[in-house]
Amino acid sequence: MALPDRLTDPVVIEGLFQVAAATALAAVVIGISSIRDLDLERELGGSFARGFVQVIAMGALIGALFTIPLAYSGLLLAAMVCYAAWESRKRGGGVPNAFRISVIALGVGSAVVIVTMVAAGAIERSVRNLVPVGGMIIANAMKTNSLTLDRFQGEIESNRDEIEAVLALGVPPERAISEFVTESVRASLIPVVDAMRTLGLVYIPGMMAGMILGGANPIYAAEYQFVIMGMIFAAGGLTSMTASLLLGRAAFTDAAQLRRFEATDPTLLATLRSALDR
Amino acid sequence: MTNLRAENLCFEIEEEHILDGVSLDVASGETVAIVGPSGAGKSSLLRLLDRLDEPTGGTVYLDGTDYRTLDPEQLRKRVGLVPQDPALRSGTVRENVTIGPRLRGETVSEERLADILDAVGLAGYADRETSDLSGGEAQRVAIARTVVNDPEVILLDEPTASLDSAAEAEVERLLADLLASGERTAILVTHDERQAERLADRVARMRDGQIVDVGTPREVIT
Repeated sequence: MALPDRLTDPVVIEGLFQVAAATALAAVVIGISSIRDLDLERELGGSFARGFVQVIAMGALIGALFTIPLAYSGLLLAAMVCYAAWESRKRGGGVPNAFRISVIALGVGSAVVIVTMVAAGAIERSVRNLVPVGGMIIANAMKTNSLTLDRFQGEIESNRDEIEAVLALGVPPERAISEFVTESVRASLIPVVDAMRTLGLVYIPGMMAGMILGGANPIYAAEYQFVIMGMIFAAGGLTSMTASLLLGRAAFTDAAQLRRFEATDPTLLATLRSALDR
Repeated sequence: MTNLRAENLCFEIEEEHILDGVSLDVASGETVAIVGPSGAGKSSLLRLLDRLDEPTGGTVYLDGTDYRTLDPEQLRKRVGLVPQDPALRSGTVRENVTIGPRLRGETVSEERLADILDAVGLAGYADRETSDLSGGEAQRVAIARTVVNDPEVILLDEPTASLDSAAEAEVERLLADLLASGERTAILVTHDERQAERLADRVARMRDGQIVDVGTPREVIT
């Protein structure tokens, strides 16, 4: 089906009503934010609109995407990691090297899981499998990375006096912040840990339900769903632990001085250039 | 016994001059008080002396050695800073007083802990929660936390600024005992000129990031 035909397909028109319903719900959230002066309207509305445009664009292009050679899917996943890191870094609020740290953390977390699971045969060696499953793993790792950055930044800023009081006693920097680093990792893993805890009881994932409705053996569907959750769990954990390790180092100068966190919002190009220069 | 010499120390943040060519010589065992209005750069100077910030110009010599050549952790063990805000961690007095050695992987004997708590007037406080302490007691825990390292130089940043007058008198008595022995070189930042007069051998007055006057308390404080 050509793109114009796809856009005018009755099912697409019908889908627009469902999109309208979802948008109405999002509008309620944005409205409440406005009434309560939470000042989150721009961020909530912007991310919602962006998500819609991006996913529709991906839907329109996905057929073409699946025709690329398998070797290119690695490049595509690397690009996804870079873009996810670019979005995630903003949560660091001035934490030094947040973009570079995010690229490394997401790269390590996702690559270890994707390579292992491809080798184990859990992810099929095809573009149509590798790209969506890889994207899902990266997206979930990004959530964990963002939470790690956000919490790390908050913990360090709110405990700056305490950290410097301990540094002034000749304590090595990594020991002076270890409890705050631990707290960042713990907080970032709350969503994945809670999802695992409630898996099957509260959280019945769509993929598993779809497989069962599609006629798959329910036990196999459950096993496969667990594999997916396991991948998300492992990628999140590896990402958070890598990020926290690097953040702990980036927070200090070579002379063991706690850096000031200065929020800047450079362009993507400038950040990529400075990351490559290092 | 250690002497400390700051030479032409400068510190800028975002092109704002916080310190502008500060030089100060403190002899072994001497107590120098730094007085001056808020924003003069007194606390910034102490942070630089402990290398918690990096000077943008000049340096500090500790017994003639440029402090940039020393391991920062060793430097801070030798030059202890008692911050204005005690910034104690939740937990007991014992945990806070011994935090420096503990996080460096060293142990402090119960006997030494008891001696230090006794010296700061907190005998029997080892198992108290820091959340139950008064402002004066918290400040004394902060002093004990630095003293446990047995630093050669002690930097005190407004140790009585946030205390009521009774607590201020207690902490000042403790400081007088701590500094009078002449065993430690000390720099005391204070807004209270009378306190400077009572505790210091010499006084330096700061204004706009510079030392504008140094001398005996009688010469500087009128």
